[in-house]
Amino acid sequence: MKTMEFDVAVIGGGPAGLSAACAAREAGASSVVILERDTELGGILRQCVHTGFGLRVFREDLTGPEFAERLVKRAGELNVAVEAGSFVLSVTPDRRVRASSKRGILEVAAGAVVLCMGCRERTRGSLAIPGSRPAGIWTAGAAQRLINVEGYLPGKRVLIAGSGDVGLIMARRLALEGAEVLGVVEIAPYPGGLIRNVVQCLEDYGIPLLLSHAVTAIGGARRLEWVEVSEVGPGMKPIPGTGRIVECDTLLLSVGLIPENELSRAVGIPLDPRTGGPIVTNFMETTVRGIFASGNVVHVNDLVDNVSDEARIAGEEAAAFAKYGPRAVVRFLEVIPGERVRSVVPQRLAAAGQDTITLDLRVTEPVEDALIEVSAGGGRLAVYRRRRLRPGEMVRIPITRAQIDSVPWDRNKVYVSIRSDGRVG
Amino acid sequence: MARGDPDRTFDVVIVGGGIVGAMIAREISRYLVKTALLEKEMDVAGGSTKANSAIIHAGFDPEPGTLKASLNVKGAALYPGIAGELGVEYTQSGSLVVAIGEEEAPVLEVLLERGKRNGVAALEIVGKDRLFRMEPGLSRAAVAALFAPSAGIICPFRLAIAAAENAVCNGVRLFRDCAVTGVVLEGSRVKGVETTRGFFACDYVVNAAGVHADEVARSAGDDSISIRPRRGQYHVLDKAHAGLVTRVVFPVPTKVSKGIVVTPTIDGNVLIGPTAEDIDDKEDTTTTEAGLADVVTGAARLVPGVVDALPPITQYSGLRAVEKSGDFVVAASPVVSGLVNAAGIQSPGLSAAPAIAEMVLEILREQGLKTPPNPGFNPERKTRRRFAVSSDAERDIAASARADCGHIVCRCESVTRAEVVDALRGPLGAVTLDGVKRRTRAGMGRCQGGFCTPRIIPIVAAELGVRPEDLLKNEPGSRLLGGATKAAGARDGGSEA
Repeated sequence: MKTMEFDVAVIGGGPAGLSAACAAREAGASSVVILERDTELGGILRQCVHTGFGLRVFREDLTGPEFAERLVKRAGELNVAVEAGSFVLSVTPDRRVRASSKRGILEVAAGAVVLCMGCRERTRGSLAIPGSRPAGIWTAGAAQRLINVEGYLPGKRVLIAGSGDVGLIMARRLALEGAEVLGVVEIAPYPGGLIRNVVQCLEDYGIPLLLSHAVTAIGGARRLEWVEVSEVGPGMKPIPGTGRIVECDTLLLSVGLIPENELSRAVGIPLDPRTGGPIVTNFMETTVRGIFASGNVVHVNDLVDNVSDEARIAGEEAAAFAKYGPRAVVRFLEVIPGERVRSVVPQRLAAAGQDTITLDLRVTEPVEDALIEVSAGGGRLAVYRRRRLRPGEMVRIPITRAQIDSVPWDRNKVYVSIRSDGRVG
Repeated sequence: MARGDPDRTFDVVIVGGGIVGAMIAREISRYLVKTALLEKEMDVAGGSTKANSAIIHAGFDPEPGTLKASLNVKGAALYPGIAGELGVEYTQSGSLVVAIGEEEAPVLEVLLERGKRNGVAALEIVGKDRLFRMEPGLSRAAVAALFAPSAGIICPFRLAIAAAENAVCNGVRLFRDCAVTGVVLEGSRVKGVETTRGFFACDYVVNAAGVHADEVARSAGDDSISIRPRRGQYHVLDKAHAGLVTRVVFPVPTKVSKGIVVTPTIDGNVLIGPTAEDIDDKEDTTTTEAGLADVVTGAARLVPGVVDALPPITQYSGLRAVEKSGDFVVAASPVVSGLVNAAGIQSPGLSAAPAIAEMVLEILREQGLKTPPNPGFNPERKTRRRFAVSSDAERDIAASARADCGHIVCRCESVTRAEVVDALRGPLGAVTLDGVKRRTRAGMGRCQGGFCTPRIIPIVAAELGVRPEDLLKNEPGSRLLGGATKAAGARDGGSEA
């Protein structure tokens, strides 16, 4: 067993992990290591060969691999140690990280840990779509890896279930490869991914988007031969008798992403059932002191730029923790998602650290002429107007340290709610 | 092919490479008997063996006097030894038949009495207090349970693959992708079998063809067997919910089945199911919306927490080979000499398989088969301890000897690259992706292969020396891929994972 000591150990070398590691070094951590289970750094960026990355962080329109390359180069310049091909087996509350690698078991004793494990895709099994179990059924991200990294097409006549961003991007990618993309079927009455992806990946390629429909059966003994697509009614339940058979050899599923928190759970880090990720403070610290988290392991982001922002905070705070120990915070305010708000990150706010804290919200349903209200103890802290909010697009609102400070001392909750009437009540 | 071709001439041909055929093959390999095991699919263990409840039943359920009863009890007793020899993980978890409501409680006495008559050891009825201490997740409506400490859990396909591999190591010839199309007679005596790979000459045929056993018998003119498939659907729950139950939990049985069970699996998941649906199509292993809903309802009646353990990670359905008699048929054919049927092996077939194998051997001897001992027989299968069940110290040693023993390719089930490579080599190497999955568990976890499949495909292709485009999921026609991308063009191999 090889034992090593680092100020900061980052688990996962995707966009969050790379950004956090760089930030930790820049903030003065003397030694930082990234433990990456794949043989190369970059995470999911490596398979995202489309553009649209880094518009804010680098002010350039980059592909995923280009974006990753920038981060990897920066990490190299900052002497971030990298243990690629290292699969983390366990993390303890006293920040000892064990990993399996080709060199055997590695143990890292870390001053602070940043969790950047990303997310995984929901599967057919989690939807329990009945029928047979033939070849030709892939999650969209797995298919993306297959095409863009391994160089193979999953099939030729493709239906995509779910209009998450990966599914939309794969629709275009497959069309460009000459596959017949029959359409994208979405159970909700609105698309799951970004509007820009609906336009650029479907509309521009004449690929139909079928809202309020779901795949309700799968057929074919060996290779996929058909799927049944049904209309859904209230509660997104399939309407009997509306099913029709679509012949295809490939079904891609883009039906949701799940933050990958098996390690976090094993450490005993409490998770937010709304996000599926750890409950974090505005320092991106979990409830276990010295263990930070950022990126899709905390909550599923739409844009890598957002991931970079929060990873930077996590990295800086981890470096500070390793050097100076825990922050002395007088009180944390708990953020409570109210009407039409599905989730908010961070879930705990301190009037310390950043001058402006960004709250990342997800809405439960599309909202027109939205009024976002942040309140505490009956008093309103801030109000924001947005013309249109979509569940597929994260809403980011700023809140200042002064606003947090203004919450009366006998209050410890902040409420975020959204109204659609446009009238300030 | 004429009789006399030594490669196609055997003393015994076993039809079917499920758990029953594999156990019979291993049993016969103790003796110097020239034996062939014929499997119609690309791999063994692909039928009912891969899709059942994965339970070694204690044996209180079958009616006394039936073959099911005697072979179950005898087979279950052989499991600790066999699992150890074959290097297959097995746990004697114990089982509980739980009475929900006072009205079900009398059934427990009936089962206890039946169990005693069947010779099941250590059965007892446990009252409410102890029951909830044993299984805190049980329904509050539970009043008592029949506790059978000798019941166990095992992975049936790893077991069948291990048994077949051990048989092969001890001299049995395995032919995969070799479907028997008919038993060939000379008068009323077995002469051989015709297959999709030609004729095999033999003196004895052991019919272990699962749901197709009646067809095999009928091809020999033996109409004594009639099999109807009874489908069972299951959900597999995430390992995060492993605490739901620690023992196999049954409801009180009905006339047709042992009901919908909640059971831990040997690999740490929780399995719920099966349904019991009599169907006509022997290939219909589809799941249905109604069936899967019934499974959840039935399981939640015993363990309400099942509902909070959803969504499941996957579903499957399997067919039980139900013979019209309702019992196992393990007997010499009444009309064809040299034909031994091991048919109708539905539940508790997995539990009974080792005993069925012994019984088949006895019948073959009675039929005249000579069985001099095989001096080279080695009951032990050489195995490497799987990474997932190793200690960190063992993992460290393994990786220092061979680097890819430390390289994880399947994140959910912690499967190493070395395990994938080894699954493709050896005396019974996998030739398909499902073959790798059943040997290693790569792809069986909560992400269902989303992470590992694109990484494993190049390894499998390279090991088998085929183009990734030609790789199969399981059977011919189940190609995984649709071709190379434009950029990859006509490139040959895959990248290193």
